[in-house]
Amino acid sequence: MLTSLHARGALLSIAIFVVFIGIWHIAVTAGGGPAGLAVDPEYAKLVGAAAAVGQKTPFPTPGEVGLKLWSQISDPFYVRGTNDMGIGIQLGYSILRVLMGFLLAAAVAIPLGFLIGMSPVFYRALDPFIQVLKPISPLAWMPLALYTIKDSQVSSIFVIFICSVWPMLINTAFGVSAVRREWINVAKTLEVGTIRTALHVILPAAAPTIMTGMRISIGIAWLVIVAAEMLVGGTGIGYFVWNEWNNLSLSSVITAILFIGLVGMVLDLMLAYAAKLVSYVE
Amino acid sequence: MASRPTITVEGLGKTFPGARGGSATTVFSDIYFGVEEGEFVCLIGHSGCGKTTLLNILAGLDKPTAGGVIVEGAEVIGPSLDRAVIFQGHALMPWLTVMGNIAFAARSRYPGKTKAEIAAHCQKYIDLVHLTGSEQKKPSELSGGMKQRVGIARAFAVEPRILLMDEPFSALDALTRGSLQDELTTICRETHQTSFMITHDIDEAILLADKIILMTNGPEAKVCEIVINTLPSDRTRADLHHHANYYPIRNHLLEFLVNRSKHFKDEISAATYDPRRPPMTRPAAVPVPPPRVAATP
Repeated sequence: MLTSLHARGALLSIAIFVVFIGIWHIAVTAGGGPAGLAVDPEYAKLVGAAAAVGQKTPFPTPGEVGLKLWSQISDPFYVRGTNDMGIGIQLGYSILRVLMGFLLAAAVAIPLGFLIGMSPVFYRALDPFIQVLKPISPLAWMPLALYTIKDSQVSSIFVIFICSVWPMLINTAFGVSAVRREWINVAKTLEVGTIRTALHVILPAAAPTIMTGMRISIGIAWLVIVAAEMLVGGTGIGYFVWNEWNNLSLSSVITAILFIGLVGMVLDLMLAYAAKLVSYVE
Repeated sequence: MASRPTITVEGLGKTFPGARGGSATTVFSDIYFGVEEGEFVCLIGHSGCGKTTLLNILAGLDKPTAGGVIVEGAEVIGPSLDRAVIFQGHALMPWLTVMGNIAFAARSRYPGKTKAEIAAHCQKYIDLVHLTGSEQKKPSELSGGMKQRVGIARAFAVEPRILLMDEPFSALDALTRGSLQDELTTICRETHQTSFMITHDIDEAILLADKIILMTNGPEAKVCEIVINTLPSDRTRADLHHHANYYPIRNHLLEFLVNRSKHFKDEISAATYDPRRPPMTRPAAVPVPPPRVAATP
């Protein structure tokens, strides 16, 4: 029954995909091609066939996007200049920035969250700052980051840091403060020291909540990196999307969107797996 | 009584400040009693008379607002490995296995021991509570009774001077409770474990306790009297009710829980009640058939 459920689900997924592609194809081709206007081939090559005859660049058909996808997958790591690099390289830059910002944020947020969760005084002292800083769009920090750090690459890592720090901080503090009283009491009656209690009782008890925070953080970080890279430029998948828009290569924009989704999914799955490792049943 | 009590509770009181400036609540006050070396003492009282608070104070997890507790000549100022606690909910750590939970306690007691020594030490107590074969199971894979067995093994694994228990079997079904009471009786009698248990189960108290402390209802709960168990010390759950003294002591406790615990304040004003020396009673069968209604106070 379960396998048939799987099979039916998969079949429906494929059907939805086929219908979507079909509608897309029909919608793009229905307008009809341009009339046979004589255009200088040199000029057409420069600005694109549609632009040369004074029309809009046509939306790519699924077939064109598929071809683009194939060419990108078959050669993902080429470098032919600053504005012409393989999609694998661009994604690699973005992933690297996200991971650096994310790990930096984890290194700050988890110990700080522990402190806030364990000490009601610190909780009260830091809560107003957290409440004000949390809703700020990470991109709003960009000018300040660029001004102080003076390096666009480091600035984008800083932006990732600042956006992924809050969910981890809040979840760690919540997880730590919500550790069952009786487990702490067990540790107390066994005369377990503060450090050992923190590492062997509070950390494993709060780990599932902390992992949830990390999962939210990496999701947000991956959303923000695209925008950040559009802003600072140079490298990365966000810059790639913007660059391809400037090139009016919509099929590249579409494939990039697809890749952004896939990478985001993989990052989330990895953290979901890690969360499973530290979860426990009460 | 030549031996000095292991635990001496003197003038213990706990007052909680009122919420938002309301009047403060005194849960209990003027509590005096002692627990001798090797003795098993039960405390019986209704919910809300501060039983758990009292036990937490004995354990060092809570602080009294009046009086104090002296254990082996020293005042209790915090938790100690010498006073193990078996909690009402088993309080096992769900991410650790049975072995891991007990080893966590054993390592705290014997930090110098090697991994193998700790494992051997824990195995001894796992066998003692008949959990052999379940060492690598997580608490979620165990039944309620098995979980509390782990709790018992964990408490004994630190080889405490005093065992404190907060209604350890109240969450279990009657059959499981019975078999765990039997095991606890056996272990405590063999090791002459000084024990203090809170319960609201009369039969549990009669089976386990040498001395039963009756606590009146809160607020301002007091020790009403101390009942000395008149049954032979080798009593078992199976032959308990055959003994002539069983019903007198049971009826005495029941009468207390049902009637006297509510109106004890009148008893205090009427009689010469001294909280420092609560009256001791030894309910026993009388030669003539007992009257159907207990004597009026």
